Amino acid sequence: MTRVLRILGVTALGLILWQSVVSATGLPRFILPAPTLVFGTLWDNRALIAEHALVTGAEVLLGLLIGAALGFATALLLAASRLARAVLRPMLVFSQAVPVFALAPILTLWLGYGLWSKIAMALLIIYFPVTSAFFDALMRTPTGWLELAKVMGSTPLRMLWRIQVPAAMPGFASGLRLAAVYAPIGAIIGEWVGASQGLGYLMLLANGRAKTDLMFAALIALAVLTLVLHAAIDRLCRRWDR
Amino acid sequence: MTSPALSLSGSASIEGVQVFAPLTFTVPTGQWTCLLGPSGVGKSTILRLFAGLDDGITFDGQIAISDGLTLKGRVSLMAQSDLLMPWLDLPENVCLGARLRGEAADLSRARHLLALVGLSEHLDKRPAALSGGQRQRVALARTLMEDRPIVLLDEPFSALDAKSRAQMQNLAAELLKGRTVLHVTHDSAEAGRRAPPVLVIEPGGITCPTPPTSPPPRAFDAPETQSFDGHLLRLMLETT
Repeated sequence: MTRVLRILGVTALGLILWQSVVSATGLPRFILPAPTLVFGTLWDNRALIAEHALVTGAEVLLGLLIGAALGFATALLLAASRLARAVLRPMLVFSQAVPVFALAPILTLWLGYGLWSKIAMALLIIYFPVTSAFFDALMRTPTGWLELAKVMGSTPLRMLWRIQVPAAMPGFASGLRLAAVYAPIGAIIGEWVGASQGLGYLMLLANGRAKTDLMFAALIALAVLTLVLHAAIDRLCRRWDR
Repeated sequence: MTSPALSLSGSASIEGVQVFAPLTFTVPTGQWTCLLGPSGVGKSTILRLFAGLDDGITFDGQIAISDGLTLKGRVSLMAQSDLLMPWLDLPENVCLGARLRGEAADLSRARHLLALVGLSEHLDKRPAALSGGQRQRVALARTLMEDRPIVLLDEPFSALDAKSRAQMQNLAAELLKGRTVLHVTHDSAEAGRRAPPVLVIEPGGITCPTPPTSPPPRAFDAPETQSFDGHLLRLMLETT
């Protein structure tokens, strides 16, 4: 309860500060619209914003789902096979030298203006953090557990599945929490490069027409979407924390 | 189940540094043997050699088993840490070995063994809800579930408080009767209660002091237990 009050307090403080900057400086509304105006626009355009938010939300969720599954599988493969570690790990590290943002135009070229280029962006941006967090956790299994399993006559695969994976779930959870914050960034950049729907597209559109209040409204919707997603993932991950 | 005798003769080194000089000893069949010595004399290395956890250890010598069979699949291990899986409840923890070998887990036997170590009221709990002594009881039940003729104990009671330690010693002595037990410890009082036989390992080799005549496990407060404890402690002090 105190946490909710604190968040509300901080938000109110931010809004008051915003409003006073606008009132004091008299900045024109196409540079910095007042919060009252932004929330008015948000309410008036709620159907439009919800429609675009739904598209962005779907891109983010699908990207998150596929990216997390691929990251989980890759980390398992890396942990299970020395050969995979030797071949894949340098490739993974090298792939991080290419900024994912720079790939957005190429992905749009390959996958078109629809959902899939944005899903691919969200996926790419979270794939490495998830893989790396889960793989590190898999390799940090306490030696005592592994030795016990060895004395018990375990096969390496069963050891991986019955001991290393459950022991590494807190690591996977921290990767997922990061992913929940990163995935929307990927989707929005994908939409900026080329799209006909989504909050990123709506922001570009509003910007082009100097509808700064609508741009801010879309931004607030995006922030709320990310916060809700993060809270949902956090709740889901809590069962794996110890 | 017949429990074979174990013997080891040789020396070991890790990364070129000698862990123990050439030594020879035998762990008699079906008995509880303590391997006593100060930290760093290679007690745990010896245990690891018997457990098949010899990665990184260069062992020059041989390990013999009296019945001529291999050690593989006939050894169970209890370590200083209970090594319970925090995500499993107690019966599942006890059945871990079967799960890891892909065998059917006998949960009713697991519950029976947990009752035997005095934990029948805690079956649905996870390890985090138990005290240190209770957790080692679960580890003992897991060891019994494995039902191996050779049991290796790596200071499993050393982190417990005095009362839990004494209770665990008695419980383990009773439940592991008939198996070949090699118990590594640095606690002369613990070894003193258990003997015979006690092997004292020192940088120069191994000695086997003459134990009191009464059968183990002896009472904590018996004069001969106390004097033997003192004798063992003196042996350890004099050799380091």
